[in-house]
Amino acid sequence: MESIISYKPLLAVLVPVLVIPVLMSSARRPNVREAWVFAAGFIMFALVVSMTPVILAGHRIELTLFRLMPGADIAFRVDGLGMLFALVASSLYIVTSLYSIGYMRGLKEHGQTRFVCFFALAIASTIGAAFSANLVTLYLFYEMLSLATYPLVAHHEDTTSRISARRYLTFILGTSIGLVLPAMIYCYHVTGTLEFSTAGIFAGQLSKPGATVLLLMFVFGFAKAGVMPFHSWLPAAMVAPTPVSALLHAVAVVKVGVFSIVRVLTGIFGVDLLESFNLGTLVMVIASITILVSSCIALSQDELKRRLAFSTISQLSYIIFGVAMLSSMGQLGGVIHILMHAFGKITLFFCAGAIFVATGKKYISQMKGLGRQMPVTFAAFFIGSLGVIGLPPTGGFYSKWHLISGTLEAGQTIFMVVLLISSFLNAFYFLPIVFQGFFGKSDDAPVNAPVTVREANLCLVVPLAVTALTSVALFFFPQMFVDLIVLGLNL
Amino acid sequence: MTELLALIVAKYNFWLYIILMMIGLYAMIAKNNLMKKLVGMNIFQTAIILFYVSIGYKHGATLPIIQGDHGGHGTHGAVIHAAEYINPLPHVLMLTAIVVSVATFGVAMALCVRVYRRYQTLEEDELRIRLSEK
Amino acid sequence: MNHMPAILLLAPLSGAFFSGLAAWIKPWLSYYIALAATCLSGVAAFCVLGDVMAAGTVQYRMAGWAPPMGIELRIDPLNAMVLLLISAIAFLNLVASVSSVDREIPDRAPSFYVMYQLFVVGLLGVSATGDLFNLYVLIEITSLTSYTMIALGEEGRSHLAALNYIFIGVIGASFYLLGVGYLYITTGSLNMQDVAVILKQIPGSSSAVLTAFVLCILGVWIKMALFPLHVWLPNAYSFAPVGFARVVAPLMTKVMVYVMVRLMVTVFGLDYVFNTLHLADIVVWLGVIAILAGAFMALLQTDLRKMLTYIIVCEIGYMVGGAWLGNTLGMAGAILHILNDALMTFALFLALGNIIYIRKQVDVTNLKGLFAAMPWTMAGLVLAALSIIGVPPLCGFFSKWYLVLGAFEAGAYHFAAALIISSLVCAVLFFKVFEICFFEPMSTSHGHHDHGGAVMTEAPLSMLVPLGLVSTGIVAAGVYAGTIVNTLILPFLQ
Repeated sequence: MESIISYKPLLAVLVPVLVIPVLMSSARRPNVREAWVFAAGFIMFALVVSMTPVILAGHRIELTLFRLMPGADIAFRVDGLGMLFALVASSLYIVTSLYSIGYMRGLKEHGQTRFVCFFALAIASTIGAAFSANLVTLYLFYEMLSLATYPLVAHHEDTTSRISARRYLTFILGTSIGLVLPAMIYCYHVTGTLEFSTAGIFAGQLSKPGATVLLLMFVFGFAKAGVMPFHSWLPAAMVAPTPVSALLHAVAVVKVGVFSIVRVLTGIFGVDLLESFNLGTLVMVIASITILVSSCIALSQDELKRRLAFSTISQLSYIIFGVAMLSSMGQLGGVIHILMHAFGKITLFFCAGAIFVATGKKYISQMKGLGRQMPVTFAAFFIGSLGVIGLPPTGGFYSKWHLISGTLEAGQTIFMVVLLISSFLNAFYFLPIVFQGFFGKSDDAPVNAPVTVREANLCLVVPLAVTALTSVALFFFPQMFVDLIVLGLNL
Repeated sequence: MTELLALIVAKYNFWLYIILMMIGLYAMIAKNNLMKKLVGMNIFQTAIILFYVSIGYKHGATLPIIQGDHGGHGTHGAVIHAAEYINPLPHVLMLTAIVVSVATFGVAMALCVRVYRRYQTLEEDELRIRLSEK
Repeated sequence: MNHMPAILLLAPLSGAFFSGLAAWIKPWLSYYIALAATCLSGVAAFCVLGDVMAAGTVQYRMAGWAPPMGIELRIDPLNAMVLLLISAIAFLNLVASVSSVDREIPDRAPSFYVMYQLFVVGLLGVSATGDLFNLYVLIEITSLTSYTMIALGEEGRSHLAALNYIFIGVIGASFYLLGVGYLYITTGSLNMQDVAVILKQIPGSSSAVLTAFVLCILGVWIKMALFPLHVWLPNAYSFAPVGFARVVAPLMTKVMVYVMVRLMVTVFGLDYVFNTLHLADIVVWLGVIAILAGAFMALLQTDLRKMLTYIIVCEIGYMVGGAWLGNTLGMAGAILHILNDALMTFALFLALGNIIYIRKQVDVTNLKGLFAAMPWTMAGLVLAALSIIGVPPLCGFFSKWYLVLGAFEAGAYHFAAALIISSLVCAVLFFKVFEICFFEPMSTSHGHHDHGGAVMTEAPLSMLVPLGLVSTGIVAAGVYAGTIVNTLILPFLQ
């Protein structure tokens, strides 16, 4: 394994940032502005993809920008794990950009320039977080992402969005400053470094109680991962326009939270330390509670986006759950769920947004019979549901299979039961929507009226079809991503 | 008791400056009238000036002006004993401190005049009422 | 002999004189003289910093007299940094003042510029001098000029605020002077280096030295407004004219913190402060109380100006507590925070000045719709606020980093907790303001703008450019924090 010094990670982060002034100056010409968004998205994606072969060959790409203190620089290091996450985020950014054109113009939203600018900033922070070489850099991009998302959550500028944005910030910023920051500085105080390394950075410098407290501060402090009880910002953030919910609150933001926890578990504590103190089980218990409770809450939600949000909370904990299993099988299953869940959940959000734009409906009880009007959307919704539940032929099956195998391998039957129950709950809260959509009787239409197909506009339908098909494709071709994870985590 | 008395008598200049300082401080804190506070402030500053002046003084010493033959080259003849002259440095420092205190006093007086013109009073409690009325 | 240190001081001093004269010919001349003088002094500060980096401590003997008899300017990495900071902020503020001073005090603008330059001389002198008594005189020059400039503000209230400031300021300065007296009794010298050498030879703990130390530090604390000695500050800074508030808020308290650090490190020596005296724990607690009290009192304010002044009180607690942690990291954090806090406060007050320029009042009800109306100003305000909250890579994060690290090393977990809590409180109060600026549209008095978006009413360019420069400075001080600590602060502490 060799380290290659390259400016590509920096460029990938800078491209969306540098395009912001251009976007602002072309505020009056929406088509030009959107063209720039795509240009930035494709350049970023190309940069990320161009780094992939190097990573797959077992190398790492490194770049140190600023030396702050020994062991704590602003630095990038691209490894398999970061690569996987960056691929997901940058590819979905392009799709979401197309989708948000359709969504924002379809609803004639105000402040579209502001929207695309902060969206670009958010995606830049996400890529930055993916490529961070140490905890300080990760924290930097984590905070940048929190702040860039605030105006997006507050987009509607009304009372609801004001309350939601406040809650969003209270949870995200409160925990990151209140818990992660002191924990991080304490780590640096003890070890003098914050570089991620698979062996962990503590060399017997922590006692078990100390390690437990520190670990809990990190797990709860990265509240973007939505571990209960710091989860309630996510349903609140659903007031944002759907592209935000789709890309940021199903993929970028929440997964930066999970990604940070994964980095801390595998790169700061290290598997050995967690194993010796038996802390993996503790994290698994916390994750299991979140998985079950949020699945149950999801059942009772009538607003589609809120149901999706609670589903996201439980799915995020799958990832933490898998990584905390500390076995190769579990970690593989957990981390690849970042990818599989991303494509599944973004499809579902795209569908919710398409339904809202086409019909103005956002409650599940209103959606009976809607599938006959919008067959493509509901078919995509079905595939997305399968992905999240973890059924073939979608990629979600792959991650769930590994998670369950992991629990069996370790003989933790009780945790396997948790996974199974949760999968049933997932099925319960998703499949009826599809069923009612295709076969239910609409309340507001005459019974035997001829059904006309009224899909949303193409900008909305194409992205959701693409992500749904990708979700299926991932079932058949997951190998490249598996390789990335195996390389990244040294499995 | 006698020891304490001896201590007071031996270092009476310190005790005096502390008493003066406390009088000044008391006036600045307890008085209601801004002018009285100003006077207290002046007493406070004067106390410190007196303290400095007293630390330069030596018993039996004279002004630090060297006397000798004309032309100011008196040092050639006699040996100069520092103990025979009082230390001039603290006194010189206090010239500057006096200037500072006069300037401060001037600014404060000017402000008092402005306050009086505006509110027709210099009593703090009345001023407080005026301010809350607005 | 390199005369840059003298030029540094003499430029604004003679500038003040000529500004006063020039006002007889043409009032506007005084502004440009002041601008040139502070600019020259900034260039000189830059050169001095270069010299110090290249050749170590610069000693400048005034009129060629050798210390300890003569008065020397002694510039090491620490005050080279502070000097550059002061002259840069003074210059930028003057650039921003061209519109605001003419609007606020049109009839007395020339006298403002004269006083302003004298104030800058005072601050620069305090930072440059190597003589204890000179320090007193220069502190008083600074204070006297600030009394007069505060009194140029809002009629009536500003006069009372200035009077209160005088009363408390005089007590502070007198305490310091008294302390210097005791030092003089003990050592017979007033030169800082000389005093330090003599003090090292005094074995054990002399009560005169202790008295001197306590009096000096107490005096400086009063001048820097350490809680609970802060009562004069909020009124004085918020009723002052904006042109002056912008410069006094970031500089005055920070220069006093510098004086404290100088006394602790250079004059009395860290060994004496931490090993002979056992005050450190108490003072760190004082810092904790100052941080929490400042933060929560800021939360109670409805006026943006008052709120920012209480944040200063809170930040003072950071620096005092950090300096007294008793380890290099804490001291480095406190010194780094002198730089960072000056930049952040300056940016906040520049933004505040811009808002006042347009909206006249900054009560929370006057802040509606600001993001739409003044996007550039708000961008600066948001950046500075985020830095105060401690978001990387802005500079506030890194001073907090060093301070918390120092607190962990000293085992002062309460101080670390106070820092974190104050960050959270600052986050709450700034986002409260941002919410009002963002969510609430302009009031009905501008009813005809209801639709079609708010009209942009941005401050003039002369006020925006300094804000932009300082914002850049905040980011730069953040990403180069490691360099600053390694090249300026650690060499000073060793």
